[in-house]
Amino acid sequence: MTTSSVSKGCFVFKPDLKKRKRTVDIEEYFVDADDDCSYGRERFSICRSLWEKIKTDTEILQDELNKKILDSLLEFIKKCTSSFQCRSDEWSCLMRASEIPTAALVLGVNVPDHDMTFQSLSDLLQESVTPFAVSVQAKECSGMPKSNLMQKLLERLMGVRVTEEEYEEDPSLSGVPLQQKRVSCSIGALCQWYKAVTNVRKHIKFSPGKYCSLENDVLQCPPIVVIFKDFEAFNPHVLQDFIFICSRYIQELPLLLVFGIATSPCTIQHMLPHSVSSLLCIELFQSLSCTQHLATVIDKLILTAEFPFKLSGKVLQVLVNIFLYHDFSVRNFVKGLQLALLEHFHSQPLSVLCCKKKHALLNAQKLSHQHLEMLRQLPSFMRYVEAQEPQEQVQLLTSDKYVKEVCQKLLKDIRKYHKNYYCILRCLSSLTSSLPKYPLGKHIRELHMSCLERNIWETNEYESAIQLLRLLAKDELVATLKKFVFVLSQYLYSTIPFNARIWFWNKYTMLCPLGMHVEDVSEGITPLGKDLQKKTDLFHLQKTLLEMKGSRRTKKMTPFEMLKNEALDFIDCFVRSHLSPPELQPLHEVCYYSSSGFLRQHLNATPRTSIQTALSQPFYYLQNENLKTDAGTVSSSAPDICIVYKLHLECGRLINLYDWLEAYATVVSGAEGKDPDSEEYGKVDELKHARFIKAVSELEFLGFVKSTKQKTDHVARLTWGGC
Amino acid sequence: MPAVLQCPGYPEAKLRCLAESLQCREVQASTLLALMGEPQQYSYPSVFIYGHRATGKSHVVLALLTELELPHAAMSCVECFSRGLLFEQVLMALFGPEAAALLPRCASFSDFVRVYRQMCAQEPADQTRYIVLERAELLRNMEANLLPGLLRLQELVDDNVTVILLSEIVWDKFRPSTGCFEPLLLHFPDYTKAELQQILSRHSHPSYTPELYSSYINILLGVFYSVCRDLRELRHLAALNFTKFCEPLEKGEAQESDTHKLWRRVEPHLKRAMQTVYLREVSSVQWEQQQMDEKEATALRGLSAHAHVELPYYSKFLLIAAYLASYNPARTDRRFFLKHHGKIKKTNFLKKHEKTSNHLLGPKPFPLDRLLAIFYSVVDSRVAPTASIFSQISSLVTLQLLTHIGHDDQLDTPKYKCAVSLDFIFAISRTVNFDIVRYLYDFL
Repeated sequence: MTTSSVSKGCFVFKPDLKKRKRTVDIEEYFVDADDDCSYGRERFSICRSLWEKIKTDTEILQDELNKKILDSLLEFIKKCTSSFQCRSDEWSCLMRASEIPTAALVLGVNVPDHDMTFQSLSDLLQESVTPFAVSVQAKECSGMPKSNLMQKLLERLMGVRVTEEEYEEDPSLSGVPLQQKRVSCSIGALCQWYKAVTNVRKHIKFSPGKYCSLENDVLQCPPIVVIFKDFEAFNPHVLQDFIFICSRYIQELPLLLVFGIATSPCTIQHMLPHSVSSLLCIELFQSLSCTQHLATVIDKLILTAEFPFKLSGKVLQVLVNIFLYHDFSVRNFVKGLQLALLEHFHSQPLSVLCCKKKHALLNAQKLSHQHLEMLRQLPSFMRYVEAQEPQEQVQLLTSDKYVKEVCQKLLKDIRKYHKNYYCILRCLSSLTSSLPKYPLGKHIRELHMSCLERNIWETNEYESAIQLLRLLAKDELVATLKKFVFVLSQYLYSTIPFNARIWFWNKYTMLCPLGMHVEDVSEGITPLGKDLQKKTDLFHLQKTLLEMKGSRRTKKMTPFEMLKNEALDFIDCFVRSHLSPPELQPLHEVCYYSSSGFLRQHLNATPRTSIQTALSQPFYYLQNENLKTDAGTVSSSAPDICIVYKLHLECGRLINLYDWLEAYATVVSGAEGKDPDSEEYGKVDELKHARFIKAVSELEFLGFVKSTKQKTDHVARLTWGGC
Repeated sequence: MPAVLQCPGYPEAKLRCLAESLQCREVQASTLLALMGEPQQYSYPSVFIYGHRATGKSHVVLALLTELELPHAAMSCVECFSRGLLFEQVLMALFGPEAAALLPRCASFSDFVRVYRQMCAQEPADQTRYIVLERAELLRNMEANLLPGLLRLQELVDDNVTVILLSEIVWDKFRPSTGCFEPLLLHFPDYTKAELQQILSRHSHPSYTPELYSSYINILLGVFYSVCRDLRELRHLAALNFTKFCEPLEKGEAQESDTHKLWRRVEPHLKRAMQTVYLREVSSVQWEQQQMDEKEATALRGLSAHAHVELPYYSKFLLIAAYLASYNPARTDRRFFLKHHGKIKKTNFLKKHEKTSNHLLGPKPFPLDRLLAIFYSVVDSRVAPTASIFSQISSLVTLQLLTHIGHDDQLDTPKYKCAVSLDFIFAISRTVNFDIVRYLYDFL
């Protein structure tokens, strides 16, 4: 594209709409991954339906979690609105300074997550309180301070009215003077506009006369709610002036402010001086902490047998670590989950079996020979085959039909395993989450991750947890067992044998009264004490004492202790039979996504490592066969910057530019295929010089070297080691 | 005994009425009146009135102008943040909306003068016109010619107009370096305690005697006079706490004459109000709610009680590293963060001029490299230099826990300052089991 301009400059070319390529359908990516009949479409549709489910579930969850805080906020706004209406002529109202009602909404430091909350807040407001809810962000109001904020506010509010006109074709609305050509950007203009709009509204609403009085009031004079999404990022002067202006009009304009605060309410005092904060009537609303939020999301999305798609321990660890160490953002966590889901269905052809039970069995029936071969290659399946009888092994390896049947059986098994696993996991967590020092972790996700990795019952932590359970006081033990039974009873669908449950329930009901009446248990000892008093002669005394000693050694178990041991052994047995790691299950590859490295690389990018890879191994990115070399060496035909980088690695802190240039010229001459003995070889000509200078300045731009004044013709090296 | 305001040319009755409403400001009001002269006389071109918040500047000026029905334009410079807006408002108030429409889109001062003259020729002034600008200190941030121009507006437009500037700061801070027309200065001193008492007592509660209210105001001033002399704020506080004061009377536990008893009951309450509602730790609505619920023991948690901030693990360490970089001299980093730092003699190490506490001097700026170097040495595990580490630094900046020094455009070697308090960083480092005192130069 060219311009007719003579001078240099930047020109904007809008993309030609016709020329733009049609974006490739996402589905195509799945189909193209393997050439023929790899069920790409099926996989894609399963993946999409799963993702839809995850998305709606998290949205519902979010709404539930925010419900409490948003409800109280709405309550506050409604209360303020009605107090605007009935500004009586009472003495105290006249005397009091009129403050702007303000809600300080503390949402936690994960700023990107706030969007959803604010979205639902403004939806709620629009729905039930006022059409005049405006949210502003700091980055929209940068640049010319003040005027921008005001402008945004006016634009959005007046914009509301314009759209309203389109919906309500009421002749009385034409009475409102249409937006002037030049609306002066002041709150005075807003006041006039507000009066005009509310007058019209009054007009409309009064004539039918069908609203009850209070509702009517709210509808007549809806408040103007200004939401500051990121309070901290605003310029304090802008805010101060804005609040000051608003306070001058508060008598005429029912204004309400909402501050979205990420850190702590103290920032209000840091940003606003007393003269300004005294104009506000601030009420505090604190949201749930994001760790709790994450716990519920994990609980709903991951610790459930409903979703066929699973994450392996390492993958979950990566996602949780990113959350805890880096961003505290639940949204990013769900995004990571989405990436894992997408990658699983994209890269694993057998993931076609990872769906609802009926569907999966059907798909298993339809598997092609190629897929069955793939299935036989799965390590878990191979392990399964090895464990079978020789005759069956042959059948498994030759007959496709038989494999399909076995595959269906295994799929059913793995579903059963999941159902039991999550049930027992929750039960165990209910027991151990209240133990002192949390040997198995405070949160259920920690327990889950250690269960995923190894046999939990072989770990020291599990040992100590069981020990601690045995040492618990009677009432505590009964309380924890009660929790256990409660959790167990919630999982009606799990396939844990019914009679086993009944048995446990009986034990528990027997334990309860024993635990309550501790005195009964100690009865067993008293008869001996009585005997001791009766027997007076030395021989008998000696005898009884010996007897007592013996009995103490064997330690006669009280019924309570017996029951306790039985119950705990039972739990232990439960754990051993159901909490084995999924890697031992045949066909676990179908459901479990395990490539944690891929996720880490994509979610937690390391720019410096990529630059270093690009410079030291140009083949990795350029994919040119000529560049393929052994580790640690660089082909002489590599880009200049790679050669220069490689050479600079051999230098010390200060690099002599001339030596560097000579070395470079030698390497490059080798690439040109010159005879090493000729005079020309390694000579620095103008072209090489220029290329060298360009490469060095590129290296400087990337931050590997910088110019120094310590020595002439030297540059200083800035990076060390090879990470 | 309200002093009678006297000025020829204005109706007596109105002046008397004014004197009634301008209690304790009679001197200033009569000076102003004298300056204004009779309505048709030319007045001084510009008057500058200064005094603290809520000392009656705007009240006196606006009361005079509205009560005496003089043509005037009153606006606040906070609201008219651009000169175009200012001109528009002035013309609108003095000549009506048609005049404002004559202004071009980006009006300069000469445009304003031109339009003003044009309108003035149409309707010449038979009375002095007044332009009142509140919070005039903001004029200084606008174009350089605005303030000097406004000061000699009378001369420029050749009309009987007076500009009255109101501000909380003294004229010396206004005077432009190029010099300008000197306005007449008029100072509004703070109200004395007796004056405050007099003014506040005027608005007594209708259902109680003025004497009772006056004694209540006396008690209130006894508590608050030392911290707050802002009339508006005092009136607000008086209204908030009056119900509490009247409570014993309502219940019949005391008579109006038992001033001592009433005082004993209300004084601790007022003291508590000074620590909470006056500082806006607790909002006034919550305060009243609490009074009604009578839950004295369960005091409301104020805003600053919620100082705890939850941060991601590495953000905590970044913040700790930033704090160390801000409050330790860069020279001492070797001593704190290197395992084998060799021999650094204590006498060399502690330099004399650094004896003064770094915490008294405030945070010092540090480059990004130093922050990261300290971060990698304080964090207990190996951390890859991922993009999220860097993005955490910028999110700490948006959360105002760090501040970026210098211009935003500077991408190369950005500098930061740590903006959190010692208590905050103590709390943060306690959560990650990091003993920060061992690393702070000031606590060595």
